[in-house]
Amino acid sequence: MTDHHNEIDSVSGRTTTGHEWDGIKELNTPLPRWWVITFYLTIIWAIGYWIVYPAWPLIASNTRGVLGYSSRADVAVELANLDKIRGDKMVALGAASLADIEKDPALLALARAKGKTVFGDNCAPCHGSGAAGAKGFPNLNDDDWLWGGTLDQIMQTIQYGARSGHAKTHEGQMLAFGKDGVLKPDEIVTVANYVRSLSGLPTRKGYDAAKGEKIFADNCVACHGDGGKGNQELGAPNLTDKIWLYGSDEAVLIETISNGRAGVMPAWEGRLDPATIKAMAVYVHSLGGGK
Amino acid sequence: MNKIVNPNELRPVDDTGPLYAARKKVYPQSISGTFRRIKWSLMAFCLGVYYFLPFVRWNRGIGAPDQAVLIDLPNSRFYFFFIELWPQEVYYFTGLLIVAAVALFLMNAIGGRIWCGYLCPQTVWTDLFYAVERFVEGDRRERMRKDKSGGLTLKRASEIALKHAIWLMIAWWTGGAWVLYFNDAPTLVKELVTFQAPGIAYIWIGILTATTYVLAGYMREQVCTYMCPWPRIQAALTDEWALNVTYRYDRGEKRTSVKKAAELRALGQQVGDCVDCNQCVAVCPTGIDIRNGPQLECIQCGLCIDACDNVMTKIGRPKRLIGYDNDINIHRRQEGKAPIYRIVRARTIAYSAIIAAVGGIMLYVLATRTLLDINVLHDRNPVAVALSDGSIRNAYTARLLNKSGHDRVIAIDIDGPVNSTIHVVGADSITPDRPMIVIPRDSTSELRLLVTAPTENNPEKSIPVRFRVTDIGLGEAASATDNFVAP
Repeated sequence: MTDHHNEIDSVSGRTTTGHEWDGIKELNTPLPRWWVITFYLTIIWAIGYWIVYPAWPLIASNTRGVLGYSSRADVAVELANLDKIRGDKMVALGAASLADIEKDPALLALARAKGKTVFGDNCAPCHGSGAAGAKGFPNLNDDDWLWGGTLDQIMQTIQYGARSGHAKTHEGQMLAFGKDGVLKPDEIVTVANYVRSLSGLPTRKGYDAAKGEKIFADNCVACHGDGGKGNQELGAPNLTDKIWLYGSDEAVLIETISNGRAGVMPAWEGRLDPATIKAMAVYVHSLGGGK
Repeated sequence: MNKIVNPNELRPVDDTGPLYAARKKVYPQSISGTFRRIKWSLMAFCLGVYYFLPFVRWNRGIGAPDQAVLIDLPNSRFYFFFIELWPQEVYYFTGLLIVAAVALFLMNAIGGRIWCGYLCPQTVWTDLFYAVERFVEGDRRERMRKDKSGGLTLKRASEIALKHAIWLMIAWWTGGAWVLYFNDAPTLVKELVTFQAPGIAYIWIGILTATTYVLAGYMREQVCTYMCPWPRIQAALTDEWALNVTYRYDRGEKRTSVKKAAELRALGQQVGDCVDCNQCVAVCPTGIDIRNGPQLECIQCGLCIDACDNVMTKIGRPKRLIGYDNDINIHRRQEGKAPIYRIVRARTIAYSAIIAAVGGIMLYVLATRTLLDINVLHDRNPVAVALSDGSIRNAYTARLLNKSGHDRVIAIDIDGPVNSTIHVVGADSITPDRPMIVIPRDSTSELRLLVTAPTENNPEKSIPVRFRVTDIGLGEAASATDNFVAP
């Protein structure tokens, strides 16, 4: 590079930078003074900012700044303010009975809004964001309930769970009749077809209905009741309706009878406060299937 | 084709001059006459409406605000006498803006910049500020002399202080009136004087005090000349039939003195009526000479007409040497033809028709709007639920709007799948198939609706379902349509 800084452009009287394209030379026009001053001011400002606010990353943490500001603390303050705003209403929600909440439009709206949010955070992974359920996880919109669909029953299930290990949890499980050697494989096929017939589903050709009824009476009525109507005390599903938690195919039923089922619903007592559990019970009940 | 230029012939352009013209301060002289009277009357009317409208009361019943014109932002309501608008009815404002814009065009097609000259807030407040200036500092000549002498005597200093004090009071009252449109005026006035009002009220008063003081006290005609887009749009919209404040060249030229004109007339010679007294320039609030023809700066306030008429009367010549006239007549007069005017023409008819159409539609919609409404939204997840007996249930979120001033008892009916039933979550089912709920006055209620179709009537595909809400007391009804979906 040759030094072009001594070359003066005749028109503007400015020096050139030495860059040249097709005879057009770049002028060495200085930045406007106000721009340069602003630029230096931003640098000074940045130094002040380093001192006052958290700025430099260190190995394990970062510099704190003389103000001791932290955005986490801001969040805590805002959350506290939110609780203060909601305070009275959540207290009212905690004090009201479940039935009264559903009858008071304001409390119902609050419980549904609160319930929906908490449901999305805690329940949606298994039950789905719209509570439509999945295989093994009940649809909470329908009118078929394993452990009961009244407000109190729903709240009890949320509080203590099912097979959750909590002292007050719902107990009862589908035994593994095949694996434990209680029923032989052909008996399992027969009783599976009998169960299908209970809700009007077609059965396998050559299936012995009388034998199926006998096997069912000997092994299943203890939990599922006479005629397979189910028992909510034990979480034994109604086998005569159109809703199946794991599916109604013969193969699925054979699997269920052979290996048993014991889905778990966690207990939420202690993890969510009582008012929130109440709100969630009302929300689930209001989805449409509540009794 | 581009001409090839020898680079040696290139010369730097002359960039020594400034990029903007320095302002020449305007000292409008006081004047009396027809247009001045019109301006005073319109000023009194406009300012009267602006300053006192918030104090007008309008009884809407217990619990509702009794201010005739109120923009209630916290509750999202707009009140205008007997009209109450909700945020979703903002389209009335859109319609109003269209009407206002076309009305502006119509004014322009008929009489030029009527808005600029008589009605624009910038004109009205500037006119008021000029009146204050004249009252305190004297008329045009005195003000020019005082500004030029520059000596700051005690008297002069007190004059300036008094002028700015009055200006600031007007500006402060202007900002004060503004905030009264957003809250109950008498209450807010009380709060303001006892310093109990919300901070935002003081901030807005401060902002509008500053804008009024600066725009009317200092910026003045520069707002019209440099800042306002309307003069540009107006110039593009005008036509040869529009009446504008015009100097009549055919009568005015050649200009001579009164004495010389009389002498020449005695000799039977043709002389112009303009005696070059410069009164039209002296009274002009934008400091232009109307005799130079139509100009961007001219706000067409008509004060030069008054000034010239007064002079013409004194020298015994016919009035309206300056007057409202159109482009066509300027040429016709020079050709010795009689002037023609046409107010009713395609342009004015079209503008009037648009105003009538938009205004008519708005009035119709306003007059026939229902104060009860329902919006329905189908659940997205799950879209449909199979029940244990095989029937299908769809869930909807409905929002019921009660815009009236009284509580309503509402019955909900559906037209959907055969024998379908409807249930409202949380509603007492006294009549199981016809849920009834109460919606408080001036509010909305969100409801969860469950529609169930029995097994034998399961629709195979989605079918429309209509929700009808009826005020069982007054019989008012509204409906909304959505779909019933099979799983």
